Amino acid sequence: MSKTSPLSLYVPEPEFRPGDHPDFSDVKVAAAGEVERPPIDAKADDIRHLAYPIIRVLNRKGEAVGPWAGERSEEDLRDGLRDMMKVRAFDARMQMAQRQGKTSFYMQCLGEEAIACAFRKALEPGDMNFPTYRQQGLLLSTDYPVVDMMNQIYSNAADPLKGRQLPIMYSSKEHGFFTISGNLATQFIQAVGWAMGSAISGDTRIAAGWIGDGSTAESDFHSALVFASCYRAPVVLNIVNNQWAISTFQGIARGKAATFASRGLGFGLPSLRVDGNDYLAVYAVSKWAIDRARAGLGPTLIEHVTYRAGAHSTSDDPSAYRAKEESDAWPLGDPVDRLKNHLISLDAWSEERHTQAQAEIESEIVQAQKEAESHGTLHDGGKPLVRDMFEDVFEVTPPHLVQQRQEAGY
Amino acid sequence: MARMTMIQAVRSAMDNAMERDDKVVVFGEDVGYFGGVFRCTEGLQKKYGPQRCFDSPINESGIIGAAIGMAAYGMRPCVEIQFADYMYPGYDQLTQEAARIRYRSDHDFTVPMTVRMPTGGGIFGGQTHSQSPEALFAHVSGLKTVIPSNPYDAKGLLIASIEDNDPVIFLEPKRLYNGPFDGHHDRPITPWSKHEFGEVPEDYYSIPLGKAAVRREGADVTVIAYGTMVFVAEAAAEESGVDAEVIDLRSIIPYDLETIEESVKKTGRCVIVHEATKTCGFGAELMSLVQENCFYHLEAPVVRVTGYDTPYPHAHEWEYFPGPARVGDAYKQVMEVA
Repeated sequence: MSKTSPLSLYVPEPEFRPGDHPDFSDVKVAAAGEVERPPIDAKADDIRHLAYPIIRVLNRKGEAVGPWAGERSEEDLRDGLRDMMKVRAFDARMQMAQRQGKTSFYMQCLGEEAIACAFRKALEPGDMNFPTYRQQGLLLSTDYPVVDMMNQIYSNAADPLKGRQLPIMYSSKEHGFFTISGNLATQFIQAVGWAMGSAISGDTRIAAGWIGDGSTAESDFHSALVFASCYRAPVVLNIVNNQWAISTFQGIARGKAATFASRGLGFGLPSLRVDGNDYLAVYAVSKWAIDRARAGLGPTLIEHVTYRAGAHSTSDDPSAYRAKEESDAWPLGDPVDRLKNHLISLDAWSEERHTQAQAEIESEIVQAQKEAESHGTLHDGGKPLVRDMFEDVFEVTPPHLVQQRQEAGY
Repeated sequence: MARMTMIQAVRSAMDNAMERDDKVVVFGEDVGYFGGVFRCTEGLQKKYGPQRCFDSPINESGIIGAAIGMAAYGMRPCVEIQFADYMYPGYDQLTQEAARIRYRSDHDFTVPMTVRMPTGGGIFGGQTHSQSPEALFAHVSGLKTVIPSNPYDAKGLLIASIEDNDPVIFLEPKRLYNGPFDGHHDRPITPWSKHEFGEVPEDYYSIPLGKAAVRREGADVTVIAYGTMVFVAEAAAEESGVDAEVIDLRSIIPYDLETIEESVKKTGRCVIVHEATKTCGFGAELMSLVQENCFYHLEAPVVRVTGYDTPYPHAHEWEYFPGPARVGDAYKQVMEVA
């Protein structure tokens, strides 16, 4: 048969744009408890079907059900709830600080708090994350000082990174948080390399890579999967699918592939999808993959399905490209509300305790903010030393750079 | 003392480094069982096992990205990019990651990594096996770039690079792998076994980065060169009759301004030679440095002899290559200015 009609290019479009009334009722989401939980030593080939359904633990009534339930104590869950509330309160204050001109830039993770907070609890001390800019929960759910995070955001005199990095690009080896690059996807393959180093050294520590739905399109995503698969590196590779890459919907990166998780199948990686707004499910799936990596059984790809409820950054206005009600219509709900309702259903929490906890957390954040601002904000008060601008390019500053520093008067 | 080619010297450096420190690992395309397309890693997998010397997928951003992660973990990876021409997919990882991790994390994380790659032309490699991209590395804050010109230096400098706590690009002039090359491509090849710099200790030693070597002392003109061009510059001195002082930079970042300055102030004339393309080549930087630091000692304008601003051609390799005739003409040109 000869083709006579002219060709045309297919360009994917999201279902809803500004002015539309989003309706996700036809989106098929597996019921909580429905997806099986294989043993951690399951063969990747035997669990290929898990790259499609979404693993969920919390049902609509707030009950934890199914084979992935029951891994966290009530105390653990209350801590998890407080962690997420802390992240949300921190984000709200820092978002406002940016609007007040106290810093240049901020990125919140509104709606995605469960992912980093729950994942962090499944790691052991010494494990290393290679995060993107939306995993502040990995630090805020540890004892890393909130004030230091704010100092970094303000680029002030007490900034642990001496004003060298864009706000929110934290770094803490001690807290298992690799220096954030700001470039996308580059750190996915670095996580694999870190894990290879651990394996070569006969260590027991594992690495975790992080990437967004949009940047799975980068070639470094492919590099990471090739290396992880080839050398069976002890690494957990996390895709946070929050549906939007700035204004570009996830279909542009995904094309017509079934799911982001299914990208792992061709590499022979166990590939799981989890409800990223379900703290219990994220913890259980993360723990499964982390235990598997630590047992020497190789890498796992996890797609955390969530929704970016806020703007991409303080430089972005989502009302220009997505429907206003889309966030509320999103079928996976809000992670804080869902864990709160679960704890209330267990009689392990109450509205009163929630209100009280909220007030305590907000007060801690406000206190920390006052302390941070005493060291300065971006355009006001204390600043890092200009001399430090010239340090740490190399271990030993070479003569030409010493000369430049001296000529600049430092 | 053993007689070594530059290939054997590079291998001996990795061997010594791997023996002394089990954090040193070697990987890259074809480097494991086979020992590399230029044979630089031959025998290392057999001696140290496949966990410390192994083949990688054909993925330069993966090789460099994984090496960064490994280095951040605490290893000292020494990776091979099969040809410098293949490094571009890994350039993002080099420039925006490896080069900046110490700085952006306030030395919380560091990248003690060496990236070896064969560089330069002279083997009829065409435009994808002949490039000299050193200026692209020198332009990046946070990378060191080393280019040896002989087996003795190659070993000492490679050991220093592996031991360095920052990322080092180690460019191996492939035309010098088997012997010194003075640019006379139509003459028989002199092997390293007949050259004094082919004498290389089998034991460990290192040569500090950032120290140039004066290869030929002379009174008339200072010639700044590195890599393949060092022997060409020397041959041009003998053939032109101009008493040139030939400086082998050995590393371009950091560079040895002191040696350059001392020589130019003595001779009052300067010729800069490299194989890479001219515009924004490292010669432009060297010329600026000479102008900034030696202007009042100069008796003639500084002259560059370089590759042309074209892709590296296949058929006309020797018209492109800045051989001893072109270099010698430049010496005479600067000498003609009274």
